Amino acid sequence: MTDDVAAPAATVAVARVRGEMPPWRLLLRRPTFIVGAAILLFWVVCAVFGHMIAPQDPLAQQLLATNSAPSGAHWFGTDQLGRDVFSRVIVGARSILVISFFATVIGTVAGTALGLAMGYLGGVIDIVGGRIVEAVLALPLVIVAFLFVVAVGPSPQTIIIVIGLVFTPLIARTVRSAVLVERQQDYLASARLLGENRTYIMFVEVLPNVVPVVLVEFTVRLGYAIFTVAGLSFLGFGVQPPTPDWGADISVNYGVLPAGYWWMTLFPALAIASLVIAINLVTDSIEQVLAS
Amino acid sequence: MATYILKRLGLALVTLWLLSVLVFLACQVLPGDPGRAILGNLASPSAVAALDHQLGVDRPLVEQYWTWVTGLLHGNFGTSTQFRAPVGPYIKAALVNSIKLAALAFVIVVPLGIVGGVVAALNYGRAADRIISVAGLSATTVPEFVSGIVVIVVFGVALKVLPVSASAGAGASPASQFQHLILPAIPLVLILFGYIARMARAGTIEALNSDYARTATLKGLKRSVVIRRHILRNSLLPTITVIATQLGYLIGGLVIVETLFNYQGIGNLIFKAANSKDFPMLAAGVLTIGIVYMVATLIADILYTVLNPRLRLGGAE
Repeated sequence: MTDDVAAPAATVAVARVRGEMPPWRLLLRRPTFIVGAAILLFWVVCAVFGHMIAPQDPLAQQLLATNSAPSGAHWFGTDQLGRDVFSRVIVGARSILVISFFATVIGTVAGTALGLAMGYLGGVIDIVGGRIVEAVLALPLVIVAFLFVVAVGPSPQTIIIVIGLVFTPLIARTVRSAVLVERQQDYLASARLLGENRTYIMFVEVLPNVVPVVLVEFTVRLGYAIFTVAGLSFLGFGVQPPTPDWGADISVNYGVLPAGYWWMTLFPALAIASLVIAINLVTDSIEQVLAS
Repeated sequence: MATYILKRLGLALVTLWLLSVLVFLACQVLPGDPGRAILGNLASPSAVAALDHQLGVDRPLVEQYWTWVTGLLHGNFGTSTQFRAPVGPYIKAALVNSIKLAALAFVIVVPLGIVGGVVAALNYGRAADRIISVAGLSATTVPEFVSGIVVIVVFGVALKVLPVSASAGAGASPASQFQHLILPAIPLVLILFGYIARMARAGTIEALNSDYARTATLKGLKRSVVIRRHILRNSLLPTITVIATQLGYLIGGLVIVETLFNYQGIGNLIFKAANSKDFPMLAAGVLTIGIVYMVATLIADILYTVLNPRLRLGGAE
């Protein structure tokens, strides 16, 4: 399900922007980027300052006002325990963003290192690494991640590590193909002739040139991480109650959906949707700018 | 080509072995002491040790793995700790249900995805292309339960036109079963649409830029003929591979949809097994999904070779 993501990487590396305008200026001229970045920024602000922004305590139960529909007092209504859904959605941005971010960082760092080694050093490392990556990619990874989170027991740390490990071979494969393109370039031959050692060339010469590929891969993976983290939370194997969390709040409340209490599930669901769509808009813009 | 298929089969076997080791580790080793888990905290250490011995979990890991794998090969999937009955029949019934749901989603999404991708490619760079591409990518990354909830709220709760639960009940007519499966199929369709459309788009763009497409245009063929006879035939090849790979994903990605709609498929079975720490059931379910996934990928690869004359005829390599 991820084969198609790796494909454009090589072209991105070749067609890097060398125009007169820095890439970030080009980004700011794209409406899709501005919309995506604005939504993303909004959720990041909520994740950092959520407790100050939220009008009410997301944990405070008002047992006389349970299941109340959206109103002036409770914009998004209240849940089955009488907690303010609006406040929970605002504060709930933190858990999903933090877990997804760190999981993606681990996967990106480990995957980039592995991809650099496989692509640049080649030889036995490339063959053995390639076979392992190939075998791992043939597994239904989401199911395997689920299995391990269940076996070890859900905790944010477990989820971060499991998702990071699952991402590593995917990112390694993309970085490897970008490194293979860079290997053909003259600047690497001249660096070798100057007598630089391989570690230096790998990290100081090659790495900066595959950064655009890594950046695109990071944003793509961040979207998948949010997808996976939200899914695990929804299944009850993510953040545990009563901590405000979009997936977990949906999980607790979707049972009363057929009874007409739609607001306690719909608003967290829309929050997740807006976050992943925002990340996609940003990713798409970055890819467009790098490819143009 | 025979060499290629043999190689591919070999890789599938290696992957299957890797999966069995992972499942064994996750279900038999990581959860800790099964005797303690079954008997509870108050049981005496000697009783726990006796049960561990009876279950065979006090033996070396390699030996345990061997017993487990040979059991699987003989069709012995173990005994479910939650139902206290053999796992096999549960898996079989659930798999049949999952295949029904997956088949419906598939029948809807394949034509939709291909048409979407081709239309986007023919309008390359224009508004229609941007909309289909970004919408497809978004649909793909919005979790199944989020789109599932939106369709439940709209069609089940607000409009009340479709049933919210996926199970039509025992003995329901095929028409009623079908009606119950429509809502659960929508999230699956949305997830898959993006992938299929993206592949169809990329393949079509590549074919549009090819020399043979230019030649066909320059020799005066109508655009519709060029598209139908020259472009689609080449561009849909990679799409077929993606579609077959997605079949495996569909079966595996059902955990969330089946849980949301309370449908008695293999995903829901795994979810319930995970919740009640029924590790034999969990292991068998995950392995089943893994096998379906691998068989689908294998078929996709072989199909691609068979359908591509360049690989089929020039298959010396």
